[in-house]
Order: sequence, then structure tokens, then C-alpha cells
Amino acid sequence: MLAAIGADSIEELFKDVPAAALLDEAMALPPHAGELEVERAISVMADKNLHAGAVPFFLGAGNYRHHIPASADHLIQRGEFLTAYTPYQPEVSQGTLQAVFEFQTQVALITDMEVANASLYDGATACSEGAMMACRVTRRSKVILSGSVHPHYGEVTRTNAQFMDLQVETLPADPFGSEDLAGHLDENTACVVVQNPGFFGQIRDYTELAQACHDAGALLVMVVNEVVSLGLVKAPGAMGADIVAAEGQSLGNPLTFGGPHVGLFAVRERLLRQMPGRLAGETVDEDGKRGWVLTLSTREQHIRREKATSNICTNSGLCALAFTIHLTLLGEAGFTRLAKLNHAKAVQLADRLDVLEGVEVINDTFFNEFTLRLAKPAAAVVEALAERNILAGVPVSRLLPSDGTLDNLLLVAATETTKDADVDTLCTGLAEVL
Amino acid sequence: MADDLQTITGHRGLVMEEPLIFEQDAPGRTAVDLPEPPDVADRLGSAVREGPIGLPGLSEPQVIRHYLRLSQKNFSIDAGMYPLGSCTMKHNPRINEKLARLPGLAGIHPLQPQSTVQGAFELMAVTAEWLTTLTGMAGVAMSPAAGAHGELTGLMTIRAALEAAGNARKRVLVPESAHGTNPASAHMCGYSVESIPADERGRVDLAAFKENLTDDVAAIMITNPNTCGLFENEIIQIAEAAHAVGAYVYCDGANFNAIVGRVRPGDLGIDCMHLNLHKTFSTPHGGGGPGAGPVVLSEALMPFAPLPYVIREGEGFRLVEHAEDGDGAPYGRMKGFHGQFGVFVRALAYMMSMGADGLRQASSDAVLNANYLLARLSDLLTLPFPGPCMHEVLFDDHFLHGTGVTTLDFAKAMIDEGFHPMTMYFPLVVHGALLMEPTETESKETLDQFIMTIRSLAERARDGEVDHFKQAPRLTPWRRLDETTAARSPVLRWRPDLPQAAE
Amino acid sequence: MADVKYTEEHEWIEMDGDIGTVGISDFAQEQLGDVVFVEVPDVGKKFTKGEEAAVVESVKAASEVYAPVDGEIVEANTDLVDEPERVNADARGEGWFFKIQLKDETQLDDLMDEEAYLAYVADL
Repeated sequence: MLAAIGADSIEELFKDVPAAALLDEAMALPPHAGELEVERAISVMADKNLHAGAVPFFLGAGNYRHHIPASADHLIQRGEFLTAYTPYQPEVSQGTLQAVFEFQTQVALITDMEVANASLYDGATACSEGAMMACRVTRRSKVILSGSVHPHYGEVTRTNAQFMDLQVETLPADPFGSEDLAGHLDENTACVVVQNPGFFGQIRDYTELAQACHDAGALLVMVVNEVVSLGLVKAPGAMGADIVAAEGQSLGNPLTFGGPHVGLFAVRERLLRQMPGRLAGETVDEDGKRGWVLTLSTREQHIRREKATSNICTNSGLCALAFTIHLTLLGEAGFTRLAKLNHAKAVQLADRLDVLEGVEVINDTFFNEFTLRLAKPAAAVVEALAERNILAGVPVSRLLPSDGTLDNLLLVAATETTKDADVDTLCTGLAEVL
Repeated sequence: MADDLQTITGHRGLVMEEPLIFEQDAPGRTAVDLPEPPDVADRLGSAVREGPIGLPGLSEPQVIRHYLRLSQKNFSIDAGMYPLGSCTMKHNPRINEKLARLPGLAGIHPLQPQSTVQGAFELMAVTAEWLTTLTGMAGVAMSPAAGAHGELTGLMTIRAALEAAGNARKRVLVPESAHGTNPASAHMCGYSVESIPADERGRVDLAAFKENLTDDVAAIMITNPNTCGLFENEIIQIAEAAHAVGAYVYCDGANFNAIVGRVRPGDLGIDCMHLNLHKTFSTPHGGGGPGAGPVVLSEALMPFAPLPYVIREGEGFRLVEHAEDGDGAPYGRMKGFHGQFGVFVRALAYMMSMGADGLRQASSDAVLNANYLLARLSDLLTLPFPGPCMHEVLFDDHFLHGTGVTTLDFAKAMIDEGFHPMTMYFPLVVHGALLMEPTETESKETLDQFIMTIRSLAERARDGEVDHFKQAPRLTPWRRLDETTAARSPVLRWRPDLPQAAE
Repeated sequence: MADVKYTEEHEWIEMDGDIGTVGISDFAQEQLGDVVFVEVPDVGKKFTKGEEAAVVESVKAASEVYAPVDGEIVEANTDLVDEPERVNADARGEGWFFKIQLKDETQLDDLMDEEAYLAYVADL
């Protein structure tokens, strides 16, 4: 091959690199290794972790453990899905495109919105994109962030807003779901961002807030952390939300230490042109046969460059595929049953915990996650239980360390994977450490 | 001809027609056998869902068949050569997939007590050490979710550092050959974007750059190797000039795969660079993500890196999640939790498999393969800039002038030949760009077949066989799709009341 | 024929009294290809010369329509929103974007007449 090129050596091909920067030997890193050795090395690291399947496990806070059907994980590993690029050549990408079109429809249905995109990175970035989109639509610059919103989502939103001349008014954490939001609306408010169920688990009906937002010329952005809740809880669209930003990990995607996950993003049809992210749309081919293409791409960075709706290039393709396959396996009957099962497991857990000495369930409403007030700081309790091989929940102080009033609060989640024996173990453990 | 044969079912042998899931609905059916929920008094309050959602019910065999049939309508790197320039479609080893599914990695929660996930932090730290060593940089922000997200992270880090020094400055210089994400990211960071022209060699015009370089420039965003597949040989002068006015040099690392193991960007004066783990480090593209875009940073920028980050502490590791828990002055947070951990696992498995020697070999072979295409095609296609190229070779469409065949037609004819087309119409600096990136994982036999195919097609175009190209692709399950109709009257979801499209 | 002037950004403006009708040139619509989306300004909006007043998009390209002169929008062609293909079919007629009431008619003197414009695009 070098002869065909007319070069004497590989080095000659690198002649444009300044000589001083060209390394003439391999770097000080380990040499190549076989599958067996790599598997051993990485397994050693994996084995140092206490994983959800091994012990009683009650963590949530935006990342939920659910059972993933075997066929979902099998199908996403088909090389035709796994190793395809973005479907830029629709004639040879109809598999991905049709799956995306079905995904968009499913997301629109469960959120009760009109249109959804092909996904964003995760729930937190979707939340931030939702707030910024509201600012573009309304041409206003103030975002009101409810105390119900996951602290990471708030942090990401503030981070992205800080260099764009947008103001984010962050309300204090709202464990009781009692904050008044409408009172913060003013003529410069682009949107109010709420989460339902809230970070602390409370479920609220935001129908009146949606109306108040619209009366003030603002939009309501609704975050959903746990999409399984949409099988039972009134959908954002039914409450009047204009933009929905959700985390889709619960369907099809394992915990994986918080990523990669999949951001769901759905809006009202009239806002479509300001929506970030890719979209698949239906059309026909030359023979009149129904098919799908990426469409409305003039909103995107590769055409609009600095005027694009967002700098986003990738979506979360394979995670979205896992989501859509899991939801297709469930169907209407399975999805609603899964939601009921999650809620029932959580109610049972709450009833067991609420009677313990030094433990109080503070929620009046919840879906599959709620907040406990403990007699002691929650972080220490969780550490003590971890030593007993119980992963008890998420201390609120882990995410909101500077608000001292929250130190005794513990978020606890139950899903269909929660066993009765796990609940027994948690109750025994809590009684011991409190 | 056989391809005119009409079938009763619409199936064509192994290529099966597949309706939407919504058109296969059997109400009440489900493929997941869940236990009966225990009977409890609900705690949902008044905000409960009323009425059906509208999700279709299918059985497990139906679902498997549905997605298997869909998969068969996709081109993939597993199936054939995918020479999409700038996208780095190379083989994705399956050991990476297997390891990402280990329960100790896939089954851990990001907010578990830190003492119970030391192995996960170790994996992040080891991955970070590989990345900083390979790039010769001081540190790395691991959390960005993709390349564009990494760009934004890098620019925000630069902005935070400049603000800390008292002046955020106003402008970011972006070469006109840059990826569209560059100006979009700079804009999101509050900077005005100025385009720097390319010179006649396809590189940044150093004189034009220097002319635009004033003390209100925050950064230059440079891609090296650039999107024309060429190494910016004046990179050191560019960096020195930028540093002289207090500006930073951001490098778009999308093309790092050309130089990994041979050149450390840190030695070129680069302050900040994102790495597309799904390109250089071979994590799968998944039909459009998920990716990961860690950003390597110089010593000066490290204190401003976003949250969270892992530090070594004694024998173990600690995750810094809040500004007050660390020494730095982080500007914020880019993403929920700790980054694309599952992608880190795959990238680390790849780096360990390849090793220092294998990574060096990979970039060498990628450059060799691209130059082989250049050598074997440049007599027939037109080369806007002379070689040698790096990992990808840029042609333009002059060879099609007067033939009546467009770049797009040419690409569609490649599909009939079993190749995915190269990147077209990008970069914008040449007219009708054709950007080919063979990667190191294609064999000489495949390259030779590709070369033969391109040569034959170019000759057919020159010989006036316009119809062959205008009709292409003919052998795919779908012919060319009508993008105008899709955009004029967008149908972005299935609705029960929509009239069925003509079959 | 009424007095038509062109900009270097390929807008045309045709005067009737102190009201100018604005659209994009035939050359521009050809370069864009099939127009799939148009956004027109609200009536009453004021623009200065060179400001972005409307948007026109094809499948693969997006472009702004700039106000060729200072003025206030008195009418917008909202039919284009539903039928953007009119821009391709009749860029100089039914495909007009908006009508603008001029503040300063001398600004027209800076624009090209048809002959100059055709010479200008022949060079592109």
C-alpha cells in the first residue's frame, strides 16, 4: 500500500505534524491485551461495587431500578441497530427511522402532548433545553424553577443559562409540595419549571398553574423523572403543560451509574419550530411507498450553525430504542399494570416504614418514591445500613448539602423489583441504626 | 427483470414489510407477564390519569419479529464499509458490550454511598488517566454526554477562567471548515462567532487569523486534523499567537483517531479538547447515540472544570459533587449524575485491548488506508488540496461537472453497490465535498473493492449514463424518499385517524 | 412595469405609493430549492434596513429575509405559511412576503434595478 501511495514509510504520511510534537515510540501505557485479560481487569473493578441486584435496594432520585425484559436487551444488540450511524441515508436506515417514529408517538401518547423528538441526552439536559426553548418562544428571559425539580436538573439549567443572559429564579426545596408558584409570575417570565411527581415524591395537579402561566404569557415546562408514573398519574398534557422534559431511563435502560440515559422531549405542535433535537417524519418514496426521513433539520446546528435551536448533534439513539422496545413489550395493559405494581409496592413500603420509631413518611401523595423524616441525619443512617449490605435510599443532603433543614430527609423508592423480604430487612436495619 | 416481480404480501424474500406497532394492536395484549398488583388504598391524590393512553398491545413473538425486521432495513458497520468522513465508523468490539453489562457496572446507582462504588470511581479514574496520557493534558472533565456537549463544556470552562481573570471577552474565532456544532456551542456560551477563512492549502489562513486576533478574542476553536482531513501544520504558531493575546485554543477532537498514540495535543499548545469516545475509542454509534464527550484540559483550566469529578484520596477515590467539597472553582454542572459511565466502560475496554502499541498502530493504519484511497482515486476524482491526508480524504465534485450527475446521485448509486456513501456537502469550504474515512478496520481487499466501485461509477458518470444515477438506489427496500413533503406537512407521529399513505 | 429594486441579499421590493412589497428573487428561490417553510413578520412591526424580517427554509437550507429599507409592516402574506411552495412557483408575484411602509424613500436609491441585479447574479 505504501508503494501505491509513493511513500517510503508511515512516518512520511505524518510529515505535516511539527517534528517536535511527533512521538517516535509507544506511550507509557500498558501494551495491548486479549479479551480474557481485559475482562479480568475490568471485572476486578466491577466486583468492588455493591450492586442493586445483590442487596435490598431502595434508591431512586431520578434513576430507577426496573426489570428489563430479556428481549429488549437482546434486540438492541443486533449489529444493524448497534453499529449504525445517524440515519442520514433514509433508503438504508428505515429500521432506525421507523423505530424513532414509533418512539416519538409513544412519548407523545404517554405525556399526552402533540409531538415529541427523537430524544435528548438525559432528563437534566432536556429540562435545561425546555427552559431555554421557552425563553426563545416567549422572547423573555426569566425562568422560575420550582423546588420540586431534581437538584441536578436545576444545576444544569442554571449552568446553561448563566452565559446566555437568562435569569433562573430557583425556589427553595419543597418537600411538602406546598409552594405557591403562580405568585412568582411576572411580565418577564418565560416559563415555570415544575417536576411531577416532585423530587420529594409529591404528586400535584398543575392544571391551575398552567392556566396562570398562560394568562401571564408564560409557558409551563413539566419535568418527569420517573416515566412509569405516567401509567397512573395525570399526564402533563392533560394539565396544560407546554413542554415536557422527562428522563426515560426507567424503561429499557439499566442504572449504569447514572448514564447513558435518554431524555424525552415533547411539546405542543405550535412550538414545533423552536424544539431542539432530531425528528423523524413520515413521507413516501418514489414508488409511493410509506417511509420515514429525518425532517425539519433546518432547526439544527449543521445548517443553522450559531443560529440553531441548540448545539445538540447526537440524540440518545440506542437508549431510546431500548425504551421503545420495552414500552412496546408492555403495551397499554402492561404499562398500566407496571405503574400500579410500582405504586402498590411503594404504598406497602410506606406503611411498613411509617410505624417505625424515629421514622415518618412526610408525603400525603406519592407514586413509587417518597420522603422519610428520620430522627437522625439521613446520610449517616444510609452509611450505617450500607455496612449491613442494605442500600436504603438517597439522603436529600447528598444533593442539597447546604440546606440544613433537609439533613434528616431520606428519599426511598420501591419498584416491581422490590421483594417483601427486602422490606423486612430494611425495617430491621432501620430499627437497629436509629 | 426479477426486481419487477410483485408479491402478494409485499414481502420480497428475506426483506419483510413491517407495519407500525400501532397497526398491530390487539387491545389488552402484553408481552410482559407482571404479577397482580397487591390491593392497597392508593396514595396518588386527585391527579390521576383518566382514560386510555393509546399504546398498542403486542405479544413477545410479534415484538421480536417487528424489531428484527426493522433491523434488517438498516445499513451498519457490522454489515459493510461505512466511509462517512468525520464520523469514524469503525469496528465495535463486542467485549465492550459484554463488560458494560456486568452487574457490578450496569446495576449500580449513581447516588449509592461512595464506599459501595469504589470500583466505579476507579474505572472513571483509570479511563481519565488513559485519556490525559494519550492527549498530554493535565486533567479531564468526564461528564459531557457527546462531542457537542463537550464543546460547550470546554468553552464554558474557558469562559469561567477568563471571567475569573476579570474579562470574559467577546468573540470566538471558528474556521469556516468547522463542524456546525462549533459556532452553535460558542453562541450558547454567549460569544459572537467569527469565521476564519481557509487558505489555498485547506488550512486555517494564518494571516487572516492573526488579523482577527485581538484582545477581545476568548478562544479559537480549531479542528486538528481538520475537516478536510489535513493536519494544521501551523498549529503551534496559531497557539502561540492566541496565547500571546491571552486567548485559549480549543481543539475539536473529533478527528483525534488520526493521531492517537503518535501526537499529544498538549504538545501542540492546545488548552482544551473534547474526545468523542464513540469515534476514536470505538463505542457504538447506536443509530445516533449515546456518545460521550470528555474534555481534556490544561493545568490553567482544570480548576474551572464542571462538577462532578473523581479524585484519588489515600487508597480510594472520592467523587466531588459540590463546589465546597473540592479545591477548584467549578462553573457548574453539565448533566445529571456523573456522565456517560456505560460509555466509559466500553472505551476503557477498547483502550486496554488496544494498548499503547495498538492505538498507535490504529492511527497509523487509519492514515495509511485514507492515503491509499487518495492515491488510487485522485487521477479520476478531483482533489481540492494535495496530500498526504490524515485519516480521511476530501474530494470535490468537479469530476461530475457537465455529467448531469450530482454528488447526491453518485452517493445513491454507491448504496446499490453495497457501500454506505461518504460524507457529502461537508466541509463547506469546497464545492460538493466528498469526504471519505475508511478507518483502520477495513482490509485492503475491502478498500480495493471500494476503489474499483468508485472508479467504475465515476467512469459511468463521465460516459453519460445519467439515468443509472438518477434512478439510484434501485436495489434497496425503499427508493429515494420525498423530503420536501415530509418538511412541508410534517407527520411526526402516528394517529389513529390519519389516512393511510398509499402502498 | 412598476419600479422594482433588488438587494444583494436577493430581496426584491416593488413600490406602490409609499408602500413596498417585498419578496425573494427568482434566483434565490432556485438556489434554495423546494421551499418548505416560511415565517412572515407581524403587522405593525418596525424594521431598520438590513434587519431580519422573515425566514425562508428549504429541506437543506435556511435563510433570512432582510428588510431592504427602514419601515413598518402593513401586511404579511400569511398564505405562505400554509403554502410555502408559492415562493417557488411565483417568487415575484404570489410568493411575496410582506408589505412595508417606507420611512425614507431615498433608501431605494442604494438598491439595484433589475438590470443591475441580473448582472450581479450572473457573476455569482
